[in-house]
Amino acid sequence: MNFLLSFSSPKTFYPLAGKLLPWFAGVAVLLIVLGLYLGFFVAPTDYKQGESYRIIFVHVAAAWMSMFIYVVMAGWSAAGMIWNTKLSDMMAGALAPTGALFSFIALWTGALWGKPTWGTYWIWDARLTSELILLFLYIGYIALRSAIDDPRRAARASALLAIVGVINIPIIYFSVRWWNTLHQGASVSPTMAPKMAETMLLAMFVMAVAFWVYTIAVVLARVRSEILERERNTAWVAELVLEKRK
Amino acid sequence: MGQLSLFGALRTVVARDITLAMRRRADVFTTLFFFIIAVTLFPLGVGPDPEMLRVIAPGVIWVAALLASMLALERLFSADYQDGTLEQLLLAPHPLSLLVLGKVLTHWLLTGVPLVLLSPLLGLQLGMDVPAIGLLMLTLLLGTPVLSLLGSVGAALTLGVRGGGVLVSLLVLPLYIPVLIFGAGAVEAQAVSVEFDAYLYLLGAFLAVSMFLAPLAASAALRISVE
Repeated sequence: MNFLLSFSSPKTFYPLAGKLLPWFAGVAVLLIVLGLYLGFFVAPTDYKQGESYRIIFVHVAAAWMSMFIYVVMAGWSAAGMIWNTKLSDMMAGALAPTGALFSFIALWTGALWGKPTWGTYWIWDARLTSELILLFLYIGYIALRSAIDDPRRAARASALLAIVGVINIPIIYFSVRWWNTLHQGASVSPTMAPKMAETMLLAMFVMAVAFWVYTIAVVLARVRSEILERERNTAWVAELVLEKRK
Repeated sequence: MGQLSLFGALRTVVARDITLAMRRRADVFTTLFFFIIAVTLFPLGVGPDPEMLRVIAPGVIWVAALLASMLALERLFSADYQDGTLEQLLLAPHPLSLLVLGKVLTHWLLTGVPLVLLSPLLGLQLGMDVPAIGLLMLTLLLGTPVLSLLGSVGAALTLGVRGGGVLVSLLVLPLYIPVLIFGAGAVEAQAVSVEFDAYLYLLGAFLAVSMFLAPLAASAALRISVE
């Protein structure tokens, strides 16, 4: 634990993140290219949905990430509250825009897929609705963070909000599901046909990993600039700047 | 000076807040009139067809109640924050979550209860029948305290933050969704003769859970905001 905690100091984390960043960014690009190639060219055409189904290679991975990132964000928030580490808060804050981005992508690609498949861009299906609410939760989190100027207070307030949110997510999800079954709205379900070709599964898996690695790369980059901004008055940042200028 | 018991402290907070509110009654009425006006706008927006109005009535009244309760959240802590009372509450030997519960209880008594009492009038206006109105009142009675409890967390987090009033809606409204679903859902289920007990049980469960957790979260948020 102490070894891990030693990296929670922004000063040691900054160069570490700098070393890791190109690797994650490179792997992310490779995997996205590979995943898209598999999905768009190798995977067979779906006999029912034709070519339009191929958007799921982006859609499903984005939807997974959007949900997962919120949990990770709440985890970092809890860590920040427990150990009072500045870095945990920066991680949580850096994850939020990417999470919001992924839920937006999931909604947008879902709408584009829904038009040819269901004949409508939007239905009040349980999954669609809860994804939309997830986007609202991200936006609330980002809004609260940016509204508070004092970084310490912003960190703790947003951490509390993320934890309250993560407790509520299952409640909201099941509420929306029951609400939907009551209304008997959508008879179509966004689940794919149970049997999928192996290449389809593989492409989806590669895309999911690619988005993961992309998220790590983006978060590292964001945390690095956040560190510089917050520590701008410290000696080590001054040294760093002098070194860069040489 | 002897120390107040826990219940005594709770009662003191409630009595103080009610006294303060009674000195400024206009604030309480503003919320109520907002509720009435918001409901009145719907027939004007969607047309006066009585059949349609009767169908959408529970949802409309619930959404309006939810917004009215949210608008009143700002009053929950901000005056105490500005005049320093909140710091004294934080320093008090009693558990802060208990004092917060007292403030939330008052907030509910001053906004939630009047909304419940007014709802039959609006239900009649929208053409609901008597059993439906009774059920609507019951769901509001169970649901509005949950709104006040959840809202207290948002109000505490945004205390003294710039743009706090709008921000609170962004934080709190997504969390209100389950209450809205089951509150309006119960009345709609009854309208199509479906068993609605489960909705009431769920609302009761929300109330029980939020009564325990929300004051803890809100007092943690207050400590963050005031420190």
